[in-house]
Amino acid sequence: MSTSQSSPTSPVLIALAWLLVGVPLAYGLWQTLVRASALFTG
Amino acid sequence: MSVLDKKAIVAHPGYSRWLIPPAALAVHLSIGQVYAFSVFKNSLVASFDTSLTAIGWVFSIAIVMLGLSAAFLGTWVERSGPRKAMLAAALCWGTGFVVGSAGIATGQLWLLYLGYGVIGGIGLGIGYISPVSTLIKWFPDRPGLATGMAIMGFGGGALIASPLSNRLMSVYDPGFVATEPGAVASGSALAQTFLTLGIIYTAFMLVGAALVRVPPGHGDDSTAEHSPGTNGALVRASSAIRTPQFWLLWVVLFCNVTAGIGILEQASPMIQDFFRDNGTSAVTAAAAGGFVGVLSLANMIGRFVWSTTSDHVGRKPIYVMYLGVGLVLYLLLALYGSVSPFVFVALAAVIISYYGGGFATVPAYLKDLFGTLEVGAIHGRLLTAWAAAGVAGPLIVNGILDRVGEPGALVAADYQPALFTMVGVLAVGFIANLMIKPVSDTHFDHDAHAANEERVATRQEATR
Repeated sequence: MSTSQSSPTSPVLIALAWLLVGVPLAYGLWQTLVRASALFTG
Repeated sequence: MSVLDKKAIVAHPGYSRWLIPPAALAVHLSIGQVYAFSVFKNSLVASFDTSLTAIGWVFSIAIVMLGLSAAFLGTWVERSGPRKAMLAAALCWGTGFVVGSAGIATGQLWLLYLGYGVIGGIGLGIGYISPVSTLIKWFPDRPGLATGMAIMGFGGGALIASPLSNRLMSVYDPGFVATEPGAVASGSALAQTFLTLGIIYTAFMLVGAALVRVPPGHGDDSTAEHSPGTNGALVRASSAIRTPQFWLLWVVLFCNVTAGIGILEQASPMIQDFFRDNGTSAVTAAAAGGFVGVLSLANMIGRFVWSTTSDHVGRKPIYVMYLGVGLVLYLLLALYGSVSPFVFVALAAVIISYYGGGFATVPAYLKDLFGTLEVGAIHGRLLTAWAAAGVAGPLIVNGILDRVGEPGALVAADYQPALFTMVGVLAVGFIANLMIKPVSDTHFDHDAHAANEERVATRQEATR
């Protein structure tokens, strides 16, 4: 097994992977919070 | 060896296990769209010039196919590994949208049933269980946290899909304004929206398939080191379904989901009915929509928070809370829910957080009872309880409400029979949970158990 295959995963890759799922999730959460706020203002 | 094979996706030493939850989330955020299907309802009814019931069947078929495919393909998913399963799920889910789009474009409702309902539903079932067993193997110390993160994504998927779908429909049909009551998008805009969603979700799920790995040593199940259940259990799926523990847990999940769906199905009209006086509700339609949003958030947060908590307090105690405290909260909702909207919303939000928690914690409960040997396949079989509850919950609530009055004229007291029925359903689940004991060793796979013990001893010897 080569050295590169045994090296630890780059933190950048981990951050990118979490961003990929985190950004749409944050969009959904924000949109839902806006919708939920109508409960107190509607 | 194909790049899809389990052996080809064994992680190299140093591969971070924190890449696995995003891989799982990429799948669950995509298939969670199914819970936002209602955004298309009005437009589909207009496009096909048919009834709400006929369109409602699309969702029902998808959920039934989810349960059936999870049950019948669970063993295949377990043996094929997460990458092949995620690819299959991506292709089915994407194809479901494309075939559905063709159905809308040509006015053929049966194509929508076949596409989104049957093909997409199979994608739902495979996708839902595809990362669960892998996550438990990567996080044997925190299975509740791991599966909570993924299954939270299923709740989060609807939060994304609802505004995204409305945005796409308004792009393809500029006359469509989602916030206008009764707004409908054109058939052509609907077909293009389905096609776009199919492409987006397929691509997103394929990223998950590319990222996912099985832990070192798990390329071959027959030589992998498995985590046994709490009493040393390693049980195969075919044996698990012959244990009372499996069926007691089936009842627990069925009761928890049935009770939750009782509120979720009726959420918007329910809050208006609870505060109706002299025919007029104090809660506006916009505020009722906000209540649905609060419940969606509670559902998603409950999946992560309660499942993670179960790693610390134990699986049985957390289900005692879901079902026991849930039962009391349901009772309070029936008796005092109409005191104030704040009390109503607070009670309903906690109840729905328990509903979500019940889904997310169940794989870890299965791991405790049966070990990780075939936990994904066992989970798949257990999900038939979800499909059954998806039919039973609305039937109970709608059946009772239909007998007491007309929609739009109901008041808080009219809901009491339905809510008291749900209290009874939760009580059954509560008792079933208390009856769950460790699995008898007569159900263990003794060969797998002995081989596993040997592998553990060899590893410990080597690391000494």
